[in-house]
Formats: sequence, structure tokens, C-alpha cells
Amino acid sequence: MPDSTFLDSTELVLNMGPQHPSTHGVLRVILKLDGEKVLGTECIIGYLHRGVEKIAENRTYAQFNPYVDRMDYVAAVSNGLGYCLAVEKLLNVEAPPRAQAVRVILTELNRIASHLLWLGTHALDIGAITPVFYCFREREEALKIFEKYCGARLTTHAFRIGGLLYETYDGFEQDVRDFCDMFLPKVDEYEELLTNNRIWVGRLKNVGVLNAEECKEYGVTGPVLRAAGVKWDIRKAQPYSGYEKYEFEIPTAQNGDTYDRYIVRMQEMRQSVRIMRQAVAAIPEGPIMGKVGKVIKPAVGEAYVSIEAPKGELGYYIVSDGSTQPYRCRVRPPSFVNLQALDRMIRGGLIADVVAVIGTLDIVLGEVDR
Amino acid sequence: MLGKLLKKIFLADLFQGLWVTFRNQNPKYIYTEQYPAERPKVAERYRGAPRLNINPDNGETLCISCNLCALACPEALIVVTSQRNETTKRKELTTFTYDTSRCMFCGLCEDACPVDALELTQDFEMATYTREGQIWDRQMLEEGPEPTQYKC
Repeated sequence: MPDSTFLDSTELVLNMGPQHPSTHGVLRVILKLDGEKVLGTECIIGYLHRGVEKIAENRTYAQFNPYVDRMDYVAAVSNGLGYCLAVEKLLNVEAPPRAQAVRVILTELNRIASHLLWLGTHALDIGAITPVFYCFREREEALKIFEKYCGARLTTHAFRIGGLLYETYDGFEQDVRDFCDMFLPKVDEYEELLTNNRIWVGRLKNVGVLNAEECKEYGVTGPVLRAAGVKWDIRKAQPYSGYEKYEFEIPTAQNGDTYDRYIVRMQEMRQSVRIMRQAVAAIPEGPIMGKVGKVIKPAVGEAYVSIEAPKGELGYYIVSDGSTQPYRCRVRPPSFVNLQALDRMIRGGLIADVVAVIGTLDIVLGEVDR
Repeated sequence: MLGKLLKKIFLADLFQGLWVTFRNQNPKYIYTEQYPAERPKVAERYRGAPRLNINPDNGETLCISCNLCALACPEALIVVTSQRNETTKRKELTTFTYDTSRCMFCGLCEDACPVDALELTQDFEMATYTREGQIWDRQMLEEGPEPTQYKC
């Protein structure tokens, strides 16, 4: 008898990515498999590294603003908001109320656009083709508002340090209201397609479980944390840009599995519509730009601002040495931190669940690699 | 319990989803753009191909060669050269180079322009056959791109 037969063969190492379509970009995962069971994973990142933090050191504060859009490119507006708030904190100025309201509307619109892209591609990974078409249909409406407002659909560069550059266009409020009215029934439609579908439930329930304790250990934020039952949202915990004025709830779930994360994100889209409705009903009149000079030159110091991006807590840490360029700009990207929990979520699962778990983390490789 | 079982046997959840796809059979509005045949109408504020505006009355450039756009550009892709006119004691634009291959259309140059000479327009067809063709000179910037328009 030989020492080992093919029945008790050793583990298999399989390389997944970086060109695999289900890794949502250029993520490379090395899987250690025992048959269909995943024994462990190792993530290799850096294929999309552009050195954004280093670029910041060689650009003025205003010049770096378009680059932050290119980190989490499906939620460019949120990135811009985080960066602008950080520089504004450094400068000790605040955006005027009108600018804050418009910022909230656009950021929430971007949250919906980001979640829609997540839902479409996640469902596509699982095997449901239809939702991606429906999601992109509604996302198109959101992108049209961005294009009309600031002239770009994806890398918007919508906000400037100190407020806004562009005044809202004629019919902006009506466009946002129309979007809200149109969008809520569509969310119900997605839920009708997926929530009770037996294949969807079977593929997602009890897959990639990450409980509250583990979430906190890994520093995971955003919908992944809330799906584990932790009521944590920066918009409520440390309100910025006037979020304390709006009424909304933090959707949570209990189990922390992939299905719960889906439910949480669907609820978040509804809450975003709620915030947008309140904000658009009361956009104050007034200036849109705060008291910021032509040349932005903050005093020596440092500032950290974190906001609730669609993917989780997005933080900007900027150190100023008194010149026109940041001395150091560190970004705390939610995708990068959330990705660290991937191994914990997949280990012991099946190989078919790997794409489901990568999808549910909602990572954007532009932000992971920076 | 029995209801649940019957629902499971008769695939109620799957028919519920199929009913949604069935409802969407005849959409009111089709989002797919038939691009070469139908050209998309971009927004008024669209940030597309750059243009250096000229005074329509006398054909002279509006640019005062202040170099602010070149300083504002994060990628430093604008090069402005000028010559001092001895009779009028004013700077006159000689060349203006704009490297569209490196441009990310952030719009900082048009914000910086004090006389609205440099502008990002609604033109979006900027493909060329060579890399050198991406570097636009003053003439190209003033005339704007002239893409071939296809009709079905």
C-alpha cells in the first residue's frame, strides 16, 4: 500500500485572481483547499497602487482634491466630502449651511449609487443576472443628477474646500425629489426578486459569519459591522456636515452573515432616501462658499476627520507644516480594513462561498491599494 | 405550516421573482444609448474637451497669458508661453499646449481662469491615432475637435 492515496490527498493551493471577475477588481486571493473546503486564504493586494498618499505631499490642498475621487471611485462624492472636511478642520472654517445641505444630498445619492452597484454585482456573483440591469438602470438616474450638477458622472470633484464651487442647477430639488419618489418602489422590486428567493437565501444564509466581537477585533466598520448587531454609524455618533438635523435610523441585523448584510444595505438605501427628502425640503438660502482664501495655507497642525462612507468609516488624517502642501496625508479606507476580515469569514467554508463573501464585503480595489 | 409547504412545492418564491421580470417587459424608457447613430446629449456643465476661447468679433484670443491655469493644474500639463509686446507693453500669447492624455478633467484650470478663456466644453470625442495627437496646441484648442459623425 502506498503512504497516501488520492482519497486522503494533501491540500490544494489555488490562485484566484487578479483577473477573476468576481474579485471586483484586481484582488488576488490564494486559497488553500481541502476538496471543496477552504482551509485558509491569503490576500495579495497592490495591483492598483498609485501612491495617492505620496501624491498628496506633492500637490497643493486644492490640487489634491480630484485625486481622492479616484480611490473609492464608485463613491467619489463621499471621498471628496471626507477630504474637504479634514482640510476645513485644519483651516478652522465650516461650510455654510446651504453647502452642507447640498453636500448631504449628494453624498446620500452617492451612497445609493454605490449600494446599487454593490447589489447588482453581488447578485451577479451569486448567479442572479436580472438585478444588475435593474440596479444600473436606477444608478443611471443618480449619475445623471451628478452630471447635471458638476459635469462628471463618476469622478465628480463635486466639493471644494470651504464649501461648493457650483451652485445647484435649476430643477435640482425637483430632480432629487423625483429620484426619491421613483426609487423607493424600485427597492421593493429588488427585494421582491431576491429576499425570499430560495436560491438567494440558500446561498447567503450562514455564509461568511462575522460576529460583533470579531468585527470589533478586526476594526471592521460600515454595513458589515451593523449586520452583526452593532449600532454604530459615524453620522449618528459624530455628526458632520449637519447630519444631526436629519431623522433617520441605523439599520442593524443580528446574525452577521451575508444575508444580513444584504438586508442592512437594502434598509440603508431606504434611510438614504429619507435623509435626502428631509434635506431637499429645507435647503437654506445663502452663500455656498466659506471664508477660504485663494491660496489654502493652514497653520501648523494636524486633523483627523472620519465620515460614514458607503463602505464604512472613511478617515483622513492630514498633517500640515504651514506650507501650501500637506506634509502627510493618511487615508483610512474602509475597504482595506474590511478586507482583513476575509480570511476569518471564509475559513472553513466552501469554495463556492468565496465569491459571495468577497462580494458582500463590498470592496473597491482602488481604495484598498490607493 | 401547510401553507409554507405548498408554497415550497409550487415554487411561490420563484414565481414572485419571475412576475417582477415579467412586469418589466416593456420599459417606458430605454437607457441604452445607441451611440454612433444617436449622439448622447451631455449636461450643460459637462467637463469635456478643453477649448481656448477667442473673441468672436476680431478673432483674437481672450487669453491674457497669466499662467494661472498652468499653476492650478494638478498634473502640470498646461504650458503657456508669451511675449511682451513693446508697443502696447502687454503680454501676448504665443503658444498654448494642453496635454489631454494626462488630463483628468477636474476643471481646476477653468476655475482658475480669470477671463473665461479656458473652458471645458461638452465635446467628448477626443480619440486620436497617435499619442502626439493627444497634445493639443493653440490652434487645436481654439478650433475644437471635429469628430467624424456616423449616421445609420
